[in-house]
Amino acid sequence: MSTMINMVRSLAAVAALAIATPALAAGAKVEIDYQNWSFAGPFGYYDRGQLQRGFKVFQENCSACHALSRVAFRNLAEDGGPGFTEDQAKVIAADYIVEDGPDDFGDMFERPAILADRFPSPFPNEQAARASNNGAYPPDFSLLAKARAPQRGFPNFVFDIFTQYQENGPDYIYSLLTGYEEPPEGMEVPDGQYYNHSFLAGQFISMAPPLYEDSIEYTDGTPMTVENYARDVAAFMMWAAEPHLEDRKKIGFRVMIFLIVFAGMLYFTKKKLWRNVEH
Amino acid sequence: MAGHSNYVPQSAAAKWLESRLPVISLVRGSFVDFPTPKNLNYFWTFGGILFFILIAQILTGIVLVMHYTASTSAAFDSVEHIMRDVNFGWLLRYLHANGASMFFVAVYIHIFRGLYYGSYKAPREISWILGVIIFLIMMATAFMGYVLPWGQMSFWGATVITNLFSAIPLVGETIVVWLWGGFAVDNPTLTRFFSLHYLLPFMIFGVVLLHVWAFHTTGNNNPTGVQPKTKQDTVPFHPYYTIKDLFAIIVFMIFFAYFVFYLPNYLGHADNYIEANPLVTPAHIVPEWYFLPFYAILRAVPDKLGGVVLMFGAIAVLFILPWLDTSKVRSGAYRPLFKQFFWIFAANAVVLGYLGAMPAEGIYVIMSQICTTIYFAYFLVVLPVLGFLEKPLPLPASIADSVLKSGSAGSGTPAAAVSAPETK
Repeated sequence: MSTMINMVRSLAAVAALAIATPALAAGAKVEIDYQNWSFAGPFGYYDRGQLQRGFKVFQENCSACHALSRVAFRNLAEDGGPGFTEDQAKVIAADYIVEDGPDDFGDMFERPAILADRFPSPFPNEQAARASNNGAYPPDFSLLAKARAPQRGFPNFVFDIFTQYQENGPDYIYSLLTGYEEPPEGMEVPDGQYYNHSFLAGQFISMAPPLYEDSIEYTDGTPMTVENYARDVAAFMMWAAEPHLEDRKKIGFRVMIFLIVFAGMLYFTKKKLWRNVEH
Repeated sequence: MAGHSNYVPQSAAAKWLESRLPVISLVRGSFVDFPTPKNLNYFWTFGGILFFILIAQILTGIVLVMHYTASTSAAFDSVEHIMRDVNFGWLLRYLHANGASMFFVAVYIHIFRGLYYGSYKAPREISWILGVIIFLIMMATAFMGYVLPWGQMSFWGATVITNLFSAIPLVGETIVVWLWGGFAVDNPTLTRFFSLHYLLPFMIFGVVLLHVWAFHTTGNNNPTGVQPKTKQDTVPFHPYYTIKDLFAIIVFMIFFAYFVFYLPNYLGHADNYIEANPLVTPAHIVPEWYFLPFYAILRAVPDKLGGVVLMFGAIAVLFILPWLDTSKVRSGAYRPLFKQFFWIFAANAVVLGYLGAMPAEGIYVIMSQICTTIYFAYFLVVLPVLGFLEKPLPLPASIADSVLKSGSAGSGTPAAAVSAPETK
């Protein structure tokens, strides 16, 4: 019996390590400024106010260059999102012009967006985006919060299983947006690029520092700092990438309760059934 | 299998069916009355767990296919459509993607259980070989499934792995072009991988039936490795092992659900949320975690062909394992020396997995070479030699003996020693 317990222990350790290795997937070492997110942990949820502020930052600032092509206007009014009403979402949509058609004469035409439309992109294609941005391509925001993950390293990637750390993306986005600083003494920054100590793909980034204090009006009294802008837009991007996160965690909790109770009942049933068998 | 049941049909309908197709007695003989050693520990539940995962993967997969589009221009979008717009699409996809990892967690435990308790030894060689075949098809299925979302890692993983075949002398390049259906991983590659990804699980299902048939013919192995001798050694599969397996499956589901609901992207790679782009190579191309030990073996030698041969050899050696182990004793529990080598081997496999995730440079290459040597030495040197050198501990006279603290305790009358369970 003790062999078996030892074997269980060893196998558990082996399994934990084996499972954990993908998080090692190498990437550049960057400075990450970890934040407290409302959507972290087993009971995580999106802060409606934060998502609405983040949406404002996106709308007034980021959307000049960055697309959000997988998010529809209707999503803004869906459960587990920024919590706009359907009427508010309609008004937001009506501010955007989308191309439609062809009409009965075979011509494409433009019209205000409706709830069913997705956010129109600022550039018609990648080439146009690069041409307007000094050769750099501003990535689409729709999945960015899940498509960027700085290296966690050992032993953090093991602890992450138990702390349920899944916020690499927003932490990285926040760090990047607040990571601009003067380059170290003697470092030559290429023309049209900026030094950023949190950039995954090198020290120099083609995006100019996008956020400035007081540049976007907050109406709910939240201080209008670069840190708040960065945190709010990162949260908004997490929602854009994972719109069903709240549902997932809520259902997950019920599933866990059910499974644990069911397993407990099965355990005692099994025990009773086996009571007369020496094994 | 049917021979284990003394089922006599009672109702007219059952009699009618049984005389035409004896399916009731077949199922009863295999999964109800089947005599199963009573000392199986929880490592023996992983067969049932694996069967559950196979069915779950097939079911979630069938529904995902209803919403997925196999085309380089639409695959990535259709997966995002599943994640955002399909009712509970996010749940289906996370179940299926994490289910693949769970499949490998369970299968590795199942394989290591077989290695420790000598389940590959006579008379269960065929069960073992069929298991290795299942493992191979599983790896092919998982690899092709990972290509379907058409993210960056899908594309570049497919490129790296299919390129391995170019190492074959003379015909390598031709084979790779044939596999791709073109001169690069592209739409024809995606559509054929999709087709095969749908086909292979049903092949796994078929081989699983053979696998079960084989070890139901020989009887299960057990932690003592001693064959059941009397009815005292076994219990009927139902209800004893149906309830135990169900309990284990539910406990495993807790582990599974924890990843699906709380860490759905932990086992994946962030780059796969970027649509495939043949013009941009990711900084590090890393396979899924369950391939990492083999990936480390592949990269251990500087020669491409050598690496490919070693990697396939690492699995091929499993096929001849039943004849490499010379010890007459099955269970590692009674083999003091074997036990130590077994744990070295297990730890070595984990280190190989770690090395597979590291860049192939400097110290990691040397470590990969050492670990690859240990991997092969275990099968080709240690197991053949150990059988001659080792002095095993005394085996219990029977399973019933091994579980009783004081010789023969009094439950039931001892049956005749010669009565085999299959003859009743």
